[in-house]
Amino acid sequence: MSEEFKIEIVNPEKSFFSKDDVIETVIPAFEGEMGILKDHISIISFLKPGIITIRSKSSEEKFYVEDGIVEFKNNNLSVLTSSIYNLKELDKVMVQDLIKLAEEDASKSGISDQSKYLFDQKIEVLRNLN
Amino acid sequence: MASLDDLKKRISSVKSTQKITKAMKMVAAAKLKRAQESAEKGRPYSQKMNNVILNLSSGISDKDNAPKLLSGTGKEQIHLCVVMTSDRGLCGGFNANIIKKAKSYFLKIVSEGKELKIITVGSKGNDQLKRTFGDKIIENISFKNSKNASYFDAEKVGKSIIEKFEKEEFDICTIFYNQFKNVITQIPQSQQIIPLNVENDNQNNVVDSYEFEPDEDEILSNLLPKNISTQIFKAMLENSASEQGARMSAMDNATRNAGEMVDKLTIEYNRSRQAAITKELIEIISGAESL
Repeated sequence: MSEEFKIEIVNPEKSFFSKDDVIETVIPAFEGEMGILKDHISIISFLKPGIITIRSKSSEEKFYVEDGIVEFKNNNLSVLTSSIYNLKELDKVMVQDLIKLAEEDASKSGISDQSKYLFDQKIEVLRNLN
Repeated sequence: MASLDDLKKRISSVKSTQKITKAMKMVAAAKLKRAQESAEKGRPYSQKMNNVILNLSSGISDKDNAPKLLSGTGKEQIHLCVVMTSDRGLCGGFNANIIKKAKSYFLKIVSEGKELKIITVGSKGNDQLKRTFGDKIIENISFKNSKNASYFDAEKVGKSIIEKFEKEEFDICTIFYNQFKNVITQIPQSQQIIPLNVENDNQNNVVDSYEFEPDEDEILSNLLPKNISTQIFKAMLENSASEQGARMSAMDNATRNAGEMVDKLTIEYNRSRQAAITKELIEIISGAESL
């Protein structure tokens, strides 16, 4: 029996990415990284900034996300996100820009601890990319 | 009867107007294709978002402690209406249709003795509503500078709405926009986004059991603000497709009317030219006869 399932990543503008023969996906869920294999229990969770890794037999793809929602049901994984970048297309300059933006947000006063944590997380992930 | 010269001038002026409307039609048709595509591409996101929320809200055990964006404030006193129109004119009944729909809703609210607040998106709506409901407009948002509807813009609108909701400036929020059906038909829509009408879109009754991480409440309170931006974005996409569609058919009509007018004027021009020639001939003949 095949061990493959389907993934679809959509952002508000379009369907960003989809693949039929995914073996494993690692997502940065809110309470820690989560690996999803075929026949995972139905789950809804949301994402913190991090890297989505999608492995299929032939290839491995990585995406950087800032936020979003994941839904897994009947071997369909949908990721809804408003900010996603393919790591291949993300060059150093863009990463620097994103870090700068996140740092600005993090240094604002009056933000909640939770969003501060998210921004710090974002900066850390981005720094590790370089 | 107008002189030959006047007629000639009129014909050429109508012809150049026709050229303009034709060009506008072409531009609108090209833009419509793009707008329609992005409206279609944007649908999966809002649909999935809706599904997730549907699943979540049915999974919520404690209805009383549900987030306010879902359950409402418990009052219906202050209504906020977001009227979404275009920034440019010359698109037939597009703006007028939304305004008409919105106005009848406004009158209903006012007659029920409730308070009304209006946010207009797009300058045309603001211009038209200023006259009758000017004192009710609390904000006007315009995206004249951005070419296509972007999620970033929608998020801005969404955030400002949520901010107002958290300050308890209103109880119920409704958005007005045109739904794109096809090039000729656009349906003005009103949609209540706060509190969310979950029962309304209960088409797929199969509600699966999910595992939630973290728990339902936390996901919901994170998701609902996003859903508002998503709904507004969807409305913006539908609106821009509708606008181009309406403009295209309006300009098509205008081009056809201009063509008819040119035909009529040409006949009149030829007739008066013929009359002038006949008159001259008669003058010459009667002149020759009298010799």
